[in-house]
Amino acid sequence: MSETVVETQDLSVRFGGVLAVNSVSFSLRERELRCLIGPNGAGKSTFFKSVTGQLRGAQTSGRVLVVGEDVTTWRTHHIIRLGVGVKTQVPSVMNGLTVLENLWLSARRTLGHAEAEAVVDEVVSELRLQGLARHRVGELAHGQRQLVEIGIVLAAKPRLVLLDEPAAGITSTEMERLVAIIKRINQAAAVIVVDHDMHFVRMLEGRITVFHQGAVLVEGAADTVLSDARVREVYLGNRAR
Amino acid sequence: MTGSDFGAGRMPWIWFAVAAVAVLGLPLVARTDTPALLAIWCLFALSLGLMWGYAGILSFGHAAYYGLGAYTFAVASFNIPDTTVPLLLAIAVPAVVAAVIGAMMFYGRISDVYLGVITLVVTLILNRFMNATAGDAYRIGNARLGGFNGMPAFPTLNVPGDPAAAIYGDGLYYVIAVSLLLAYLLARWILTSDFGRILIGIRENEQRMELLGYNVPAYKTAIFTISAGMAGLAGCFFANYAEIVTPGVFSLGQTAEVLIWVIVGGLGTLIGPILGAVVLGVLKLELGRQQLIDNSLVLGAILILVVLFIPNGFVPFFMQWRRRLARMQAQRRRVGGVRRRRLAMPDAEA
Repeated sequence: MSETVVETQDLSVRFGGVLAVNSVSFSLRERELRCLIGPNGAGKSTFFKSVTGQLRGAQTSGRVLVVGEDVTTWRTHHIIRLGVGVKTQVPSVMNGLTVLENLWLSARRTLGHAEAEAVVDEVVSELRLQGLARHRVGELAHGQRQLVEIGIVLAAKPRLVLLDEPAAGITSTEMERLVAIIKRINQAAAVIVVDHDMHFVRMLEGRITVFHQGAVLVEGAADTVLSDARVREVYLGNRAR
Repeated sequence: MTGSDFGAGRMPWIWFAVAAVAVLGLPLVARTDTPALLAIWCLFALSLGLMWGYAGILSFGHAAYYGLGAYTFAVASFNIPDTTVPLLLAIAVPAVVAAVIGAMMFYGRISDVYLGVITLVVTLILNRFMNATAGDAYRIGNARLGGFNGMPAFPTLNVPGDPAAAIYGDGLYYVIAVSLLLAYLLARWILTSDFGRILIGIRENEQRMELLGYNVPAYKTAIFTISAGMAGLAGCFFANYAEIVTPGVFSLGQTAEVLIWVIVGGLGTLIGPILGAVVLGVLKLELGRQQLIDNSLVLGAILILVVLFIPNGFVPFFMQWRRRLARMQAQRRRVGGVRRRRLAMPDAEA
């Protein structure tokens, strides 16, 4: 039986009077791919941030476990060091540095000099970034920056990858490539993807968890979830057809 | 990573050698009192430029560490006959104070605005406190702090191990100049090390660096400490140069001046703050010789003009301009090459 990579037990997050995440119990096994969907304000991104210790000023209850460690009160960088890679909703990259430098900073945190350089070359060729390698990331188009951020995540060789809206603002051709990349990442790591694009979510062929009003509404295989009447009512409408 | 310098630029060894020869050869052709003062200011500006330009930490109160260095040396030299130890203490005390304040600020995750306010307030408190130490009660060993009159007549630097052999005049200039050159090399080494690259990453995107697993507060505290130690050394040299330390070293004017030197010279470079300190320092000294225009007014006007028209400062502006010129020349060469080929092969063109 494969190990649980991330687990939340009765996790609740409250900002003042707003209950953003409501008693969420969630678990993900090694090399599992899970998509989180739900309407805006359903608590998906807050859930993401609470798993990686990025929430400050929020009242949190319940427990978060990453690779068996209770990380509920840990600082972000400690949680990340357990082998977590995060792609944020708005691309979070070092705009003033080149693509190579961005990737190097990621790889070098866990690897020696020579290994880090080898991994950077590997990621550059895998994401076909050769032509952009020496460009400053701030000069690139949005889709390219999304790709660089995924490269940053890849270069750290994580066990758990959290991708927040990776398909936002990219073309359909780029989307096909992105799906292939995520599936490749998933061969070595557990992946959680938050996205609104149902076409993209279907292409990923993973299990789906639907968030609604901070709680888990439904969880299961794509076909079951997307044909669920409650999901259609609160989120999908006609989009699932 | 061949070709990647994280925007820190390459070490200009030839220019460094030329500058080193000029700086060290200066006493052979000129008096060294003004160059010594300028070199002290350069060291002070370099300390802030390293921290602000490469780690993105803006301290509005860097004079606190400069002043602490000056006072630490003065107090310690009254109590320890060989001033080599006071010199080391003048680096260590500001560094330790900065480590404590920095750790509180960076682990406490205060915003940049509050960081600026806290650093400024620390300087103002030190200024107030030192002004109020006139009584005999304010004595540390043999040293009286002296309140607003400051501390005169303390033993100045001596040759290590020989308290009777005082270092002054050209000797003091050499000590300061060599320290400045070494501080520059240290800053360069930091920037080319992994530590420096991580600092540059933090400057670019603190959140991303944290999401890569870097302990951002620890790195920021470390560079804050190094920078304060460097500023403390500058303060110690100033104490030796002036042979008196007054609460003025903690003044608003002192803290504003170093900010202006760094901004005008250019952030994100090491040579920018140094040149800023030299040019504006000379201007300050020249303006000090006349009564008509106030020095602060001129410095303020220069700051406003630079921020409006050359927001990155003179050195980055000059470097951009040089790169643009090189690109234009390369383009001209390409166009010229195409024309020559066309002229050489008229049939092919037809």
